[in-house]
Amino acid sequence: MKEQEHKPTAAELPAGGIVEAGTAAEFKTGPWRSIKPVWNKDKCIGCLTCWIYCPDAAIQIAQDPAGKKGMIVVGIDYDHCKGCGICSRECPPKISAITMEEEKK
Amino acid sequence: MVKPIFSKGKIVAKTGNEMMAEAMRQISPDVVAAYPITPATEIVQIFSQFVADGKVPTEFVAVESEHSAMSATIAASVAGARAMTGTSSQGFALMWEMLYIAAGLRLPIVMAEVNRALSAPINIHGDQSDTMGARDAGWIQIYSEDPQEAYDNMIQSVRIAEAAKLPTMVTTDGFIISHCMAAAEVYPDEDVKEFVGTYNPDRKLLDYKRPFTLGSIEMQDYYFEHRYQLAQAQRDAKKIILDVAKDFKNKFGREYGFYEKYKMDDAEIAIVTIGSAAGTTKAVINELREKGIKAGLIKIRIFRPFPADEIAKDLANVKAVAVLDRADSCSGTFAPVYSDVVSAMYANGVTGPKAENYVYGLGGREIDMNHIKDVYMHLDEVAKGKAQASKTVEYINVRIK
Ligand code: SF4
Ligand code: SF4
Repeated sequence: MKEQEHKPTAAELPAGGIVEAGTAAEFKTGPWRSIKPVWNKDKCIGCLTCWIYCPDAAIQIAQDPAGKKGMIVVGIDYDHCKGCGICSRECPPKISAITMEEEKK
Repeated sequence: MVKPIFSKGKIVAKTGNEMMAEAMRQISPDVVAAYPITPATEIVQIFSQFVADGKVPTEFVAVESEHSAMSATIAASVAGARAMTGTSSQGFALMWEMLYIAAGLRLPIVMAEVNRALSAPINIHGDQSDTMGARDAGWIQIYSEDPQEAYDNMIQSVRIAEAAKLPTMVTTDGFIISHCMAAAEVYPDEDVKEFVGTYNPDRKLLDYKRPFTLGSIEMQDYYFEHRYQLAQAQRDAKKIILDVAKDFKNKFGREYGFYEKYKMDDAEIAIVTIGSAAGTTKAVINELREKGIKAGLIKIRIFRPFPADEIAKDLANVKAVAVLDRADSCSGTFAPVYSDVVSAMYANGVTGPKAENYVYGLGGREIDMNHIKDVYMHLDEVAKGKAQASKTVEYINVRIK
């Protein structure tokens, strides 16, 4: 028999629906996507515009290993990216390092 | 001449609105967000003048609607501020969506509310339809009979709300109390400040070192537990309300409970009502008592949480009771106060007294001593078995046919 998961009771839960911060990380919203951003590492100039605009904090950044720039884009978190296309639209037109592609179901 | 009860108190002549604004100045909340509406306009108008004159350090937010007023008050409260607002009738109705959110998030917001009829037809006068409609919103509801009670209730409500973690509204009857001047006692600023103390919430959104999520989505697996917590918080608030009333009496000398009993000890017939009509009822009782008619009154102060067991116990020995509602429920049957009183009686095994329901005073319609006397005379006949108690809701002073 499957063991029942213990869910907190009314007496255990903090009042007023307070939930500790950062729980969205555990909630995978990626499968909601119908189109997905594809990032081209070679075209990207690391301006971080996409990172600033992404409403789902799905643009992944890290220290530039070459040490030339501070932070650079290193990828897209497809577990949380909802495919809104904002990153693709906001990436400088001359660069166009992110293109939207149909999500294969 | 009216004398102060508190040793350092001062007797003034003020309206309900002025007394509520005075209480707000003394409480000195961090934030007040409000939008004007008759007959509550004066409360925030006078208060905003206090702010402009530097008499209170509150951040006053003049918003563009009552929905925004409640939203801004909620935002200030979650940020960790002691936040208040004031409204009436249509403005209160416009806050509706946010009222439930304030309660669900368990924010100790205090609202000065002036009871006024709801449209349509448009009417600016007093009845309790507005707040009665929100009786299930999860707010504590405290009704006041006169300017003194409005002031005392405002001062107590801050502590009640913060201890119960429940938003609290204090009301007065529109125009009858909000705009009528009466002798009332104000306490010195420092004594009120000492009584209300400071607000120290356990969690606040401005505490960036301990961030949290507020107002998250909860589906079938969590929502019910949080709504249970809210209902339980109302039950738990009863003790808090009495504790605060006790402290208030120790400090300022005035006694408050869930309701006021007037000549109930040996009463055979009783009226239960809320608000300003209680004053008229007391005057009628005094007359009837001289004629040997044992009439009494229960004037409800705390309608939410409803003091069910207590009221049932106090009505157990009367022969007939009439509940006078200044709001109709348009339910096809009885009005709100009656429904709660009678279910309280039944649940407590109090099935002896005959109970009647009267709706009165909608849209500020006059209720005078003769109207109340008629109710008592009918109760007297019911008590003596000479008349039947009405099985349907009755209406006082309305042209029906
Ligand atoms: S598509 Fe939208 S959600 Fe996905 S990475 Fe781009 S901006 Fe973020
Ligand atoms: S906006 Fe375009 S160029 Fe700038 S970091 Fe993002 S992908 Fe790279």
